[in-house]
Amino acid sequence: MNSIPLTHILFVSTALFFIGMYGLFTRRNMITMLMSVELLLNSVNINFVAFNKYLYPGNLEGIFFTMFIITIAAAEAAVAIAIIINLYRSHQSIDVEDATDMKY
Amino acid sequence: MNASAIAFYAISAFILGAGILAVTTRKIFRSAIWLLFSLIGIAALYFWMQVEFIAALQIIVYVGGIVVLIIFSIFLTQSSGEKMKAPTAKRNIFAILAALFGFAFSANLIREYGFPATAAQPFEVKVSDIGERMLSLSDYGYVLPFELVSVLLLAAMIGCIVIAMKQTVPVKKEETI
Repeated sequence: MNSIPLTHILFVSTALFFIGMYGLFTRRNMITMLMSVELLLNSVNINFVAFNKYLYPGNLEGIFFTMFIITIAAAEAAVAIAIIINLYRSHQSIDVEDATDMKY
Repeated sequence: MNASAIAFYAISAFILGAGILAVTTRKIFRSAIWLLFSLIGIAALYFWMQVEFIAALQIIVYVGGIVVLIIFSIFLTQSSGEKMKAPTAKRNIFAILAALFGFAFSANLIREYGFPATAAQPFEVKVSDIGERMLSLSDYGYVLPFELVSVLLLAAMIGCIVIAMKQTVPVKKEETI
């Protein structure tokens, strides 16, 4: 169990974070951008749990932060999808390049 | 290299592979399915870290809730079989460079700091402890954030209904002259 150092878990979560960032940069479809944001939030959750387990095993703060992040991510995904569906209804497209009505 | 270490590296490779496919595949429905696998892999990582409660929460909320919501919205908004446009070469190259540079920078910082291990104390998460802390009114209790999150969820729910509600277009009465 303790054969894996904390840094390896942090490497995994860092790699996942930058994979999500790459997706956020390259994708132009709002639903896939939302998926990239979910990957970012999940990598942060892994960090919280790993820090709690390895550095402060007597406390529960990382667990609580992870739970609140999961809750807020669920609310954020629901609101984002409502906005996307409404945008599709008015613009017939969910590409971010087409949603420029309020840009200037 | 014992069984636990092998399990960790296998889970990590699974998470990262599914994550890369989720952000690079050109079909949006497949992208959602790869995201599903990546999230299941993260739940497996939580099981490996022996936080079973968070793993169960991850499966219930993400796999059972958010991914299903995303798949529904894909069906509602576009034809799922079509290929999406590939990103332009310039944007793709700069995104890869930014991600690689950021990863190298962060990984270098993590490697140099190294995180010296503290006293090896067994890490046990009892669900009863989580519940007591969550509703405790004393110091370091989490009852105030708990209530705030409840209000936030209610507000998000009402907001979603209001945003996605079909606006009734006022019917213009045709003036017949």
